[in-house]
Amino acid sequence: MSKQFKNPVLNWIEYRLPIFSFLDDSVGSGYPTPKNINYWWNFGSIAGFILVVMIASGIVLAMHYTAHVDYAFNSIERIMRDVNYGWLIRYIHMNGGSMFFIVVYIHLFRGMYYGSYKAPRELLWMIGVFILLAMMATAFMGYVLPWGQMSFWGATVITNLFSAIPIVGDSIVTLLWGGFSVDNPTLNRFFSLHYLLPFIIVGLVFIHLWALHEHKSNNPLGVDIKGEQDLIPFHPYFTSKDLYGLSAFMIFFMAIVFFAPNLFGEPDNYIPANPLATPPHIVPEWYFLPYYAILRAFTKDFFLYWPVAWLITAKLAGVIAMFASILLLLLMPWLDGSKVRSSKFRPIYAMAFWIFILDCLVLGYVGGKPAEGAFIVIGQIATAYYFAHLLVVIPLVSRLERPRPIPESISAAVLAARAPQAGE
Amino acid sequence: MSETASTDTESGVDEKSRRDFLYVSTAAVGAVGSAIAVWPFIDQMNPAADTLALSSTEVNLEPIEEGQSITVVWRGKPVFIRNRTAAEIAAAAKDDTAELIDPQADADRVKKPQWLVMVGVCTHLGCIPLGQKTSEPKGDFGGWFCPCHGSHYDTSGRIRKGPAPKNLHIPAYTFLSDTSVKIG
Repeated sequence: MSKQFKNPVLNWIEYRLPIFSFLDDSVGSGYPTPKNINYWWNFGSIAGFILVVMIASGIVLAMHYTAHVDYAFNSIERIMRDVNYGWLIRYIHMNGGSMFFIVVYIHLFRGMYYGSYKAPRELLWMIGVFILLAMMATAFMGYVLPWGQMSFWGATVITNLFSAIPIVGDSIVTLLWGGFSVDNPTLNRFFSLHYLLPFIIVGLVFIHLWALHEHKSNNPLGVDIKGEQDLIPFHPYFTSKDLYGLSAFMIFFMAIVFFAPNLFGEPDNYIPANPLATPPHIVPEWYFLPYYAILRAFTKDFFLYWPVAWLITAKLAGVIAMFASILLLLLMPWLDGSKVRSSKFRPIYAMAFWIFILDCLVLGYVGGKPAEGAFIVIGQIATAYYFAHLLVVIPLVSRLERPRPIPESISAAVLAARAPQAGE
Repeated sequence: MSETASTDTESGVDEKSRRDFLYVSTAAVGAVGSAIAVWPFIDQMNPAADTLALSSTEVNLEPIEEGQSITVVWRGKPVFIRNRTAAEIAAAAKDDTAELIDPQADADRVKKPQWLVMVGVCTHLGCIPLGQKTSEPKGDFGGWFCPCHGSHYDTSGRIRKGPAPKNLHIPAYTFLSDTSVKIG
């Protein structure tokens, strides 16, 4: 529907390119939104904002960064010491990565709790999983660019994961490196791809939003939108609510940038890369720790490995499990057989959800500890539970649990809450 | 419209298969052409000619005393060269019959028992094992120990315990003389 404006210039543009009505229907008064969505629904727009911040700060940093093994580390130090506001822009970019993962993980778990992945939003959810994968690749390659010890050895360990693939593994690793070890060709291609991938993410976000707009946001009750009475326009109601949430989040973000900029970092990455000395304790960035724990859980004596021990090495099993831990999320819409979306009406599932959150936190904790003693056993139990939750608990609980009665509609629930006990 | 339809019916079968053949063969040629055009964009990522040219290193063994190890760089990776003691050689030979993760006799891993030459990169995920210096931990089998994920290697560089699947890799090398070796 094209819009009519008082301003003739706007009308002239709108007639030829209906961009104003497009914007209005996307994020304006023309986009109807469930009236009951809570603050957990802020994190999608915050994630979008951080993506813009990361691209803006990244483009500026690329103006000063040199992608060469002899200069990369020093060019970062120059950004920190000599470039005007370089320290600020780099700390924004460096911590922005961590912020992005915090926000996206909350966004993801919100979708899990309220059943946002269920029909008709399966593709919306799956595109989100691909965005997460693209973010991980981008973050990993970005972490290599400063060419510190953790950069170099992180790159070495992660690229070596591919050597676990039978027969072609070593050729793939050589192809990734462009040499016989992580070296200058590797740094150059990582820089190129680190610059490219965020724009791929923008494209994925676009189709994520396209799918979102088709069936609108899910809501805390998880019931379908029944009509106009369940909706209010996105603008001004949720533009203002999102801005409020964003402001609160920015206080947290900036507090870290200004007062604890190295909180999420590893001190070892301020040591220039040395291909002949491995740091005693290699850890990935915090947002990869749970997957790292899953990778390391697979040793000869791990019971999940026994059934496949005759076929593949423990190393390959670990690599497959690590990728599966994310790819299995793609199947969530079908693993969960319950007709009811929101965990509000599924008490047993809700309990399983919180145990799963706890399990992810345990995995993250173990992933940051050396692989020895009790940490190995805890990591293996937590890994087993991670897969048990996705492959056993969700399918069974969702099919066996009898959910509580769900409200007739969003507006019915809202009105009932506003007139307490009146009707009962 | 009706005229066209009748023409189609007259030579229907023949026309259709001719057309199908053209469609399929055009698509096939296009697909093969595209695949060929993609190959340079993949192969450019493989090691370039100058990277390949740096693929051999010569090492003088004279200054390495018995029981001492040195690390040299070959293709950007560390190579461990160890002048093994008689006790280490005996221990390595004795363990040929032990239960090994990647079974290999010590004799197959050396050209001269005294000199152990191997790539100092853990076969698990590419960290560099400790044990080159006397002050460093050597693991449960007196060889090398990888601190990243806890792999233990013996005095022949064979994996004995931990997540690594293979023994430390032996590069191609030749003795140019009794005191000089060329790696690669």
